[in-house]
Amino acid sequence: MAKILRLKDINKIYGDKVKTQVLFDINLEFEESTFNSIIGESGSGKSTLMNISGTLDRATSGEVEINGINTAKMNKNELAILRNETIGFIFQFHYLLPEFTVMENILIPYRIKNKVITKEAVKRAEELIDIVGLSKVKNNKATDISGGQQQRTAIARALINDPKIVLGDEPTGNLDSGTTEIVYELLRDINKRYKTTFIIITHDKRVAEKADRIIEIKDGRIEMDLSRKI
Amino acid sequence: MRLAFSIASRFLKSNKGQTALILIGIVIGVAVQIFIGSLIDGLQISLVDKTIGNASQITILPSGKDKYFAEDKALLDRLSNNDNLTAISKTYDNSAFIKIDGETYPILLRGVEFTNANMIYEFNEKLVEGNIPERENETIIGSNLAIDNNLNVGDEVEILTPEGINEKIKISGIFDLKVSNLNKTWIVMPIDSARSIFGSDNQLTSIEMQVKDVFKADIVSEEIKKDINITNVDILNWKEENEELLSGLSGQSASSIMIQVFVLLAVLLGISSVLAISVVQKSRQLGILKAMGIKDRQASFIFLFQGLLLGTIGALLGVIFGVMLTYIFSIFVKNPDGTALVPFYIDYRFIGFSALIAVVASTLAALIPARNTSKLNPIEVIKNG
Ligand SMILES: Nc1ncnc2c1ncn2[C@@H]1O[C@H](COP(=O)(O)OP(=O)(O)OP(=O)(O)O)[C@@H](O)[C@H]1O
Ligand SMILES: [Mg+2]
Repeated sequence: MAKILRLKDINKIYGDKVKTQVLFDINLEFEESTFNSIIGESGSGKSTLMNISGTLDRATSGEVEINGINTAKMNKNELAILRNETIGFIFQFHYLLPEFTVMENILIPYRIKNKVITKEAVKRAEELIDIVGLSKVKNNKATDISGGQQQRTAIARALINDPKIVLGDEPTGNLDSGTTEIVYELLRDINKRYKTTFIIITHDKRVAEKADRIIEIKDGRIEMDLSRKI
Repeated sequence: MRLAFSIASRFLKSNKGQTALILIGIVIGVAVQIFIGSLIDGLQISLVDKTIGNASQITILPSGKDKYFAEDKALLDRLSNNDNLTAISKTYDNSAFIKIDGETYPILLRGVEFTNANMIYEFNEKLVEGNIPERENETIIGSNLAIDNNLNVGDEVEILTPEGINEKIKISGIFDLKVSNLNKTWIVMPIDSARSIFGSDNQLTSIEMQVKDVFKADIVSEEIKKDINITNVDILNWKEENEELLSGLSGQSASSIMIQVFVLLAVLLGISSVLAISVVQKSRQLGILKAMGIKDRQASFIFLFQGLLLGTIGALLGVIFGVMLTYIFSIFVKNPDGTALVPFYIDYRFIGFSALIAVVASTLAALIPARNTSKLNPIEVIKNG
């Protein structure tokens, strides 16, 4: 199977005067259309690793290869295009634009990529809205829906450009356990349906265990890397 | 760009209070600019009009010590072909005395062709009594002369020339030029009557003219000088004789421009600082947009468009309010005689220019906040929730 994301010898050091190394020689490869979870204690470096993987942050040393493309020499604009077209982000907070409706929020990554919204785009958005179960509130302002609905909107938004990879940093961190269950079912369902690769940071052991692969980070190093036989 | 524009307009709509505040700032700024500009323009125009509106703006006079020059048909034809001239009036003037009840008063006897002279002096409109002379040896006289000496339309008066000629003429009308000196001394009659009193056949003392654009009188005058190429005459224009007025006007214009520049500056600082705050307020939105792949340029356009939108709407409303203010001022602030203190005057070019400057400047004011968006790092936003 093809490797969709490769991390080679990633080191991350924060600070100029007082240097704190957060990641130590991380080497990881993720296969296409797998569902991966990253666990670890608070402060172990999970978010740092994810931000570097998603090109939101740069490693102090080491290389990130996304979909076969080495990102080391890319400039800010090229990285922006790469993120827009191949990566979907879901964060702990939904970060929806409160000035826009659910539908409009979902279409924003599409509008960053394309000048005009086509009928097909609207159809895809409708389909995603249907999958995440937001048909009733699709024309509500992003502020006028529940927390779980907001997070599901963020998920649909992450998927609108049909990304190769979805990176989730505790996407259910703010949701109750019932809703968490629903959201994970949803992510797995999407993973199967669109063959999207998921890399999800989670604190929830039960959730992690359902993944194809569990990676545990401890003090900036890979402590454990378990793959389930498929 | 479309996305940047639609985000910009949503940002403005969602922050109604803030948007209204900046808009009011721009509207007041533009309105004040237009009001002050139009007021000063109107003032200047009415001042210039009062000074030279009913006077010769370019005058051909005999050169040197000569009192007269010969009427030259070719010259008059040339002048009447000049598009820049709106009035051409040939005149034969001479000083004389008027004798009333045995007393004599010095007067200026002016011989004109009334159709042409009216284009400059508007005698026909300024008659308070009687008519423009229709026959030989009829004349109109000034209101002060008439009142001081108890003269009425239909009366006959005696004219004495320095050469000792004595002639009776009939008053056909009384005019009021609103300048007491002229009202006291001018006696205006058909040019042939004037000439015959003084025994002159085809002499002129001056050709008086008005121009389309009074501020180009010097240029037109210069052209005429080159064009006619006659040595026995001089050409004078009003600008040469009214330098004080002109320097007063340009001083006024300069202070008006200063006021406008400072108003504009205040407005710009306002826009710039409010938008700078808005960049901070919207940092969550900008952060996620960047994570989703919006480019720095597009992100900064969100704020440039806000400046452009604010500038355009503000300028439009500002123009409306400014023109209204100017109009109201011209209606309610009046001279004792009921005419507007400052006549309502609208210079479309000036207004268009002010509006354009407001739009451009508002967009430029958004430049610094727009640049600040580039510094914003999505991780900072995401980490801090
Ligand atoms: N900008 C920074 N400057 C210095 N140190 C930082 C910075 N950002 C993160 N760190 C440190 O890096 C380490 C890893 O942080 P990171 O956010 O990756 O942890 P995490 O595994 O995501 O934790 P959590 O589960 O609490 O989200 C922490 O010790 C943190 O204090
Ligand atoms: Mg974290």
